[in-house]
Amino acid sequence: MNGLRWGVRTLGEVFITVGLFLFLFIAWQLWWTDVTANREQTVTIHALERGFGPAGLPERGDPNPVANLTKVPFGEAFAIMRIPRLGADYARPVLQGTDHDTLTKGIGHYPGTAFPGQVGNFAVAGHRTTYGKPFSDIELLQKGDIIVVETKASYVVYAVDRHVIVTPDQVEVIAPVPQDPGARPTQAWLTMTACHPRYSASQRYVVFARLVKSIPRASGLPASFMALPARTVG
Amino acid sequence: MYGPLWRLLPGPWQVKVLLSLVLVIIVIAVCFLWVFPAIAPYMPFNGNSVQTGLPPLTPVTSPTPLV
Repeated sequence: MNGLRWGVRTLGEVFITVGLFLFLFIAWQLWWTDVTANREQTVTIHALERGFGPAGLPERGDPNPVANLTKVPFGEAFAIMRIPRLGADYARPVLQGTDHDTLTKGIGHYPGTAFPGQVGNFAVAGHRTTYGKPFSDIELLQKGDIIVVETKASYVVYAVDRHVIVTPDQVEVIAPVPQDPGARPTQAWLTMTACHPRYSASQRYVVFARLVKSIPRASGLPASFMALPARTVG
Repeated sequence: MYGPLWRLLPGPWQVKVLLSLVLVIIVIAVCFLWVFPAIAPYMPFNGNSVQTGLPPLTPVTSPTPLV
């Protein structure tokens, strides 16, 4: 009888422990990853800004900025994405690669897709929830909203065109001409992919933006592009 | 399992409580720093790319020469 008593009590304690462990995991995933990722991504932004140098200075020997970008190693940050709609101070690093580890450090660039400003599709992925959630409010983006991708050489300005919700296997959203695989690109696109719905990974929320213009860093970014868009509800 | 652990801790109950707290904090720290980061990639809700975590699925190379 004592053996049975002991067994039941231990089983109960194991269940309670497993429950606490799961609760702890949820707390880590939903709260702690944001804390550490936000801290880490802010450090990355500052490092990038220092590396880029101040705007408005003449170019120092960078005749082919895109060629330099193609040499960026996997997992390394090479650009800053700014989206006025998501906040005047919204700035997130863009890194090369879209694996789990890279996406915990910022927005990930799909290897093999175009680079900022290039004809083709500059395709990136970001977390909708957890790990600093850079694309948490991606559904707020409306047609015409400005997205600035800042690199060492230039400010590449895109304007949102449309969004779609797809299943994760629909890779044609990151084709050189979005949703038209095989077509020959004539325009520069930006594609952003994120989890959909929130806290799930069953679908992808995808935003397409079209290049407005590429401004050399030496000229500086006109303030009008960073102006907060009117608060319209779409 | 918690009973024997409690009896294993030395000292009066005040010391036992303090030691248990330290143990709990150690367990949480180990989970947060090593265990959870290691299992997170296998969770079904952590995909954000259209390649579902695999290396580049289709070579979507832009026809523009890159070099």
